[in-house]
Amino acid sequence: MKARVFVMLKTGVLDPQGAAVQHALGALGFDGVNEVRQGKVIELDLADGTSEETIAEMCEKLLANTVIESYRIELL
Amino acid sequence: MKAAVLQFPGSNCDRDMFTALKKAGADVSMVWHKDAELPEGVDIVGVPGGFSYGDYLRCGAIAANSPVLASLKKHVERGGYAFGICNGFQVLTEARLLPGALLRNAGLKYICKTTPLEVATTDSPYTSAYTQGQHIGIPIAHHDGNFTADEDTLDMLEGEGRVAFRYLDNPNGSKRDIAGILSENRRVLGMMPHPERAAEPAHGNEDGKAFFTSLVDALVSA
Repeated sequence: MKARVFVMLKTGVLDPQGAAVQHALGALGFDGVNEVRQGKVIELDLADGTSEETIAEMCEKLLANTVIESYRIELL
Repeated sequence: MKAAVLQFPGSNCDRDMFTALKKAGADVSMVWHKDAELPEGVDIVGVPGGFSYGDYLRCGAIAANSPVLASLKKHVERGGYAFGICNGFQVLTEARLLPGALLRNAGLKYICKTTPLEVATTDSPYTSAYTQGQHIGIPIAHHDGNFTADEDTLDMLEGEGRVAFRYLDNPNGSKRDIAGILSENRRVLGMMPHPERAAEPAHGNEDGKAFFTSLVDALVSA
């Protein structure tokens, strides 16, 4: 089985990389880009039957730093 | 006083930290990241700067889950002393031994220069040889040194006098100009600037020397 984990900086945490991408899009002439937030996608190839709780534990312990990041798990 | 300096693949300030501690009078040993136990009788553990495990995933994230960190956590729980400089600070926050986190610098650039700091408290084993409010110049060299924490945590750190050093000319966007912080029992410190790079005449700057002399004085008399 496969799962995908999306890790994003929490709302309110400054994302200087997202801000730089937003600025670059503006410089390319794309108007109306109000905000850009940049995150990570982590794909996991897992033993069949791995529970979502186990994946959440992986997120809490390593994949995300929950002080600054939130995560979302998608089972594929 | 017995000190240990941790070494991870990618650490690059470990020798400097070793030398600064030794010159201040400590009996220092190096500890490899796969070692499950710290040397017997270690008083203080230093987590050096560099790029532990390539800083993959997030700076300090993999190191925070390495075998030697489990023994460091036990050492801290027993009331042991520990400090992290630069990547070491990132490791200590990732390991939740200190609050907050270090984000990418607000200006997105890697910054390497001597930066002015204020000694925000002398009430710690790391800063007792400075004077309150003293201005010092210490080198920084980082890409991810932008300290952040939620407002409640920042209020708590300030309220409890746990900000050890502040930037006078905030180079990286750190909340409330914070350059270094202390744990609740004041025995664990993390900071982005590198006192070990300003600790002897050959460095051209000895403003960091008092950090190590404070430490040795505090631990020898303890």
